Amino acid sequence: MNMTKRLKSILMNIAVGLFSLVCLIPILLIVINGLKTAPEASSMSFHLPKTLAFDNFSVVVEKGKLGQSFLNSLLYSGLASALCILFSSMAAYSLSRNKTRLNRFLFLFILLGIALPINYFTLIDVMKWTELINTRAGIVVLYMVTQIPFSVFILYGFIGGIPKELDEAGVIDGCGPQRLYFSVIFPMLQPAAVTVFILSFLNTWNEFLLPLYYLNSASKWPMTLAVYNFFGQFQQSWNLVSADILLTILPVVVVYLLGQRFIISGMTSGSVKG
Amino acid sequence: MYPFYFIAVALGFYVVFAVVPSLMGLYYSLTDWSSFTREINFVGLDNFKTIFSKDENYMHGIQNTLVFTVSTIVLKTVFGLLLAVLVNKGIKFKNLHRVILFMPSIIPMLVVGIIFKSVFEPQYGLINEALRAVGLEQWTQHWLTDIRWAFKSIIAVDVWKGAGYIMVILLAGLQAVPHSYYEAADIDGAGAWMKFKQITLPLLMPSLTVTTVLNLLYGLKVFDTVYVLTNGGPGYATEVVYTQVFSQFTLGSYGVGTALITVLFIAMAALGYFAVRLMSREEQTG
Repeated sequence: MNMTKRLKSILMNIAVGLFSLVCLIPILLIVINGLKTAPEASSMSFHLPKTLAFDNFSVVVEKGKLGQSFLNSLLYSGLASALCILFSSMAAYSLSRNKTRLNRFLFLFILLGIALPINYFTLIDVMKWTELINTRAGIVVLYMVTQIPFSVFILYGFIGGIPKELDEAGVIDGCGPQRLYFSVIFPMLQPAAVTVFILSFLNTWNEFLLPLYYLNSASKWPMTLAVYNFFGQFQQSWNLVSADILLTILPVVVVYLLGQRFIISGMTSGSVKG
Repeated sequence: MYPFYFIAVALGFYVVFAVVPSLMGLYYSLTDWSSFTREINFVGLDNFKTIFSKDENYMHGIQNTLVFTVSTIVLKTVFGLLLAVLVNKGIKFKNLHRVILFMPSIIPMLVVGIIFKSVFEPQYGLINEALRAVGLEQWTQHWLTDIRWAFKSIIAVDVWKGAGYIMVILLAGLQAVPHSYYEAADIDGAGAWMKFKQITLPLLMPSLTVTTVLNLLYGLKVFDTVYVLTNGGPGYATEVVYTQVFSQFTLGSYGVGTALITVLFIAMAALGYFAVRLMSREEQTG
């Protein structure tokens, strides 16, 4: 019995190790080739570079206009996620505390947005009416809207767990609705708000269709589009493409490693009770 | 104390930028709207006839989308469940493995696509090189340009990227199963398979439902994986609904494009209705 148990444990460790390796190999491939010189990287392989070509990165930043697109992405994802939390949590709060029939319906109506496909064609018209087409503000608004339904869903569940007595105490102390929300309730939302922020940040950072449709100048492009465009121009220089990719995924990997605790709790809170 | 204007801001943005375009789409799908003329004529169901006719390629795109959706649901669930069971307990460096296995989910699909274009490259790509290195020369393929392999390769990349996400959700489900159930089964002399089938699987059903809904909604909307790996090629072999929508957008024939999205809209609104019912039910009992 003991023997089979140990054998099973060894097999499980090997299996997990192999799966992890499969996940890591493509990423390692990029790291290694991003440090090679152009001839060495002509075939993307695991042969280690002879010298570390760190100047790939400076070349890429300059040629790929990474600085500008990095700032664009930061603006789009950062601002959209921040506004999304503010508006979603306010909505979730009123919806969850005041469960009238209308609010119940509105909650489900907003949730439906998780499934709805975006109609890119008619959205052009709406973007024109609101004069947001080809503007950075337009992308921020659209990114925010795409993240609202899921954020409301997570925050609604979380607010349900905050005791209503707090509101009553606030009212007795003379808080108006705004004061009550911003001084008492909003600070309590921090764990869920961080999760929502990170998830919407990652989602919007990785999105590229909306800027592709609704921005006409490359100077407004986010990083994902810039890297794709760069790949189109420098298909043969895999060392540069790899370096570009590394710089593009670095911010998301950092956000992920710092916030993985929140990501996982947020993802599961929507799906599993407890 | 809970003013309506708290709801109104989020609701307003959502209605203007998500609901209104969808509803406008219902009307425009019945017109010959295009980017060439200002004139828009009502054409009835012509666009839908085009989409569902045998002479055009749209049915193929719809079919591919369904194949993609069903196969990624099955594969991601199988791998996600396997991974979740493996990293749940009894292995070394549990947390490290969890972090690594989830990693592909956070990398932009556009970037993943570029990486796999290199991995699948027939001459120098990692996969074919590896196959040659172990003497399996005959297994090497033109992964992305051979009609028989292109769509399978796309599905494989998508599963590579998405299985970790499913793992995380199922892992949380696994951890919610009380340990005492397994102890009781041990006393009754149940084997590992028996325990999995009789305890784990039934108790994991709510989580499995959620992952299936997520995979379903994702699969029907798939775009970037196909766009970056093959852009619908070779020929039209790997077109899906969204890549066809994108080509209509580029071509300027908005009427047909809108009709395509409307087909998707109706399917997803129906599915979404059930998904929302499901999610809000769980949230109510919890």
